Amino acid sequence: MKNYDTLLNDLIPRKFGKRGTIWTVFLILIIVVGLIAYIDQVNKGQVVTNMRDYALWGIYISNFVFFVATSFVGSVTVAVLRLTNNDWRTPIVRIAEIISLAAIVMAGITIMIDMARPDRLLHLFIYARLQSPITWDVIIVPTSIVLSFLLLYFPLLPDLAILKKYHQKSKPNFSKWYGKLALNWTGSKIQKSIQTKSIKIIALMIIPVGILLQTIDAWLFSTTYRVGWDSTNMGAYFISGAFVAGVGALVTLMYIIRKVRKLEDYITEFHFDKLGKYLALACLTYLYFNVNEYLIPIFTAPVQEDIHLNTLISGEYAPLFWFAQIVGLILPLIILIFKKGRKPLSMFIVGLMVVVGSWWKRYIIVTPTLLHPFLPIEGVPESWHHYFPSMHEWLITAATLAMALLIITVLVRYLPVIPIQRTFDEQELLKTKKTTES
Amino acid sequence: MENHDKNSRRKFIDKGLKLGLATAIGGIGLSKLANKLNAKTENNSGHKMELMTTDGTLIEVDSSEVMEMDHSINEDEKYNIREGMPNRKFVMVIDLAKCKNALKCVSACNKHHYITGDNAWLKVHKMQESRDTASYWMPRTCMHCDQPACVTVCPVGATFKRRDGLVLIDNERCIGCRFCMAACPYSTRVFNWSEPKQGETSEITMELHGHNPSIEHAGLPSVKGTPDKCDFCPHTIDKGELPHCVTACPNGVFYFGDKYEDAVSNGAVTLRLSKLLEDKAGYRLLEELGTAPSVYYLPPVDRLVDFKDGLKDYKKFESVEKPD
Repeated sequence: MKNYDTLLNDLIPRKFGKRGTIWTVFLILIIVVGLIAYIDQVNKGQVVTNMRDYALWGIYISNFVFFVATSFVGSVTVAVLRLTNNDWRTPIVRIAEIISLAAIVMAGITIMIDMARPDRLLHLFIYARLQSPITWDVIIVPTSIVLSFLLLYFPLLPDLAILKKYHQKSKPNFSKWYGKLALNWTGSKIQKSIQTKSIKIIALMIIPVGILLQTIDAWLFSTTYRVGWDSTNMGAYFISGAFVAGVGALVTLMYIIRKVRKLEDYITEFHFDKLGKYLALACLTYLYFNVNEYLIPIFTAPVQEDIHLNTLISGEYAPLFWFAQIVGLILPLIILIFKKGRKPLSMFIVGLMVVVGSWWKRYIIVTPTLLHPFLPIEGVPESWHHYFPSMHEWLITAATLAMALLIITVLVRYLPVIPIQRTFDEQELLKTKKTTES
Repeated sequence: MENHDKNSRRKFIDKGLKLGLATAIGGIGLSKLANKLNAKTENNSGHKMELMTTDGTLIEVDSSEVMEMDHSINEDEKYNIREGMPNRKFVMVIDLAKCKNALKCVSACNKHHYITGDNAWLKVHKMQESRDTASYWMPRTCMHCDQPACVTVCPVGATFKRRDGLVLIDNERCIGCRFCMAACPYSTRVFNWSEPKQGETSEITMELHGHNPSIEHAGLPSVKGTPDKCDFCPHTIDKGELPHCVTACPNGVFYFGDKYEDAVSNGAVTLRLSKLLEDKAGYRLLEELGTAPSVYYLPPVDRLVDFKDGLKDYKKFESVEKPD
């Protein structure tokens, strides 16, 4: 059992070392390059992308779907584990909240990159039509951003007060900021009861909002007549996919933060084991909906759908399709069944596989469908029959991913990644329990 | 004691307010009445006029009472660009049996809509149902659906359906999300991925042809970052002419007309629409989707049995003719 001072010493946010600085500069460089590419895109038009009249959506959209999916981690771990009284969640919730916020903010930015007329952004509000799934997105994405922020912020208040006190002498400037953000937190009974109540309400709200967010994202596709999108399975399929992507991202970042910040005493193998089982559950659910989406339609597929399924299973998109299915879903599932597979390092690799698989899976959902319209693709240059992202698209997409990582990095730098006050309280509780028992 | 005091005060204020209100209303009423009486006595010229009411009875009115007024305006009859021409419903019939892939429709459409990129609005597809049936040519315009999928999904109402059947695009409102293009099952829409190269020529020629840039020409002039598509040529309808593809076709494939008049014309003959569709078993493309298109097809009955013979002079279709 650690005393308060060592605990504080372990968990207080620290200045970056050399590695941290290089990492941050690297991220900023990617973002700057992406920004230049984006400015070029705005000037020249989306002709700089490889999107054309048939492949009219590309990686901007699939990347958006990926971000939206990843943001589900807030609802599915923090809120669900809270409501189910899983006490082991304490050291991982803040990381999940940070990922959730970074991902949903970037989802909002990414979807704007896809707009060919970003200068008319306000039209979405001035002329809004409620029947369009895009308007549903305009409503649900900002709602999710606010909720994700509050889910991170409210539990943070006691820790901000601690940080204020900690930096009082050494860095008065820091201390002032933390103090302002802590909203005069003293830890009194009234404050605590308000805080607990607020967190509970947000946790209750973020589950339906998260599910709605994922479903609306699926409806963007299933409200069209396109083969491969026009499916009643889409909503549930997207929710389960988001479950996988979110937990996968959490596991990956958890491992890295644990290693960099030397938090082995707090995030233990026990936590990885628990999350491993949780991820296995996610993968199983996703597998079920994948069977519904790709295997069962084979039996009754009309000609058009048959062509579409064939390009996925054995045609042009087969390598990517099987990569996403095997590396992103089946292999992780097999690894996670074994106890050894749920050890930290192996979990990190599984998490990476899942995240990369999830990204490409979204690509596979968006692109092939667009290249199989009902009427043949004719009268257009040969290059319009295919789609692979252009350099501009890659640079801009890389920048959005880097920006998400930068948000996470900055938050990890300035906020305690493991709730200090709660960890301390829980330890105290454990201690008193032990003394009364003995 | 205190309570009682408060109550009586409240009552007093309440009564006072009501009384005040009543006086005010009464006062206004009285002054109005007085005004009217004054006016009658003052302005009565004694000169009478005989007038006829709308239902035909004659009445006599003092000339001072007669005032000039504007003509009554029926809002339904007024031309509204988003509502369309009143009491019309435009339809097209495409007779696939006559199409020989002459592509004159495409070049006429391109010319009159100043299409310079690779994205023609009108296309002729080579269709084949299955391996053992002969192919046929199928011109494809915008279907101007009565249940347009593109209009349903547009978040800003940039694309809209008019009462006269036309589906058009407001290129000044569009945000460029391309959801309409994803939603259209006929892949009708084309997009201006870069600044359209029509340039000043189009503006000058448009001026010469008397085209005013308006949303009535879905995408004319084209605007960067917004889609264009076949607009059913409202500018020719206005002049009482047929759309460019109809007049350009040497084989009389296209018929254009008004569903309410039950007549369509390909320039050479005018036919009864309902009879034509019944006699020749007209159908609509992807009818089962429920988009209810305004374009009807007549089946390709005169197919070349050995289609390869028909392909002797076939060259790969390009949306815009390019110099060899």
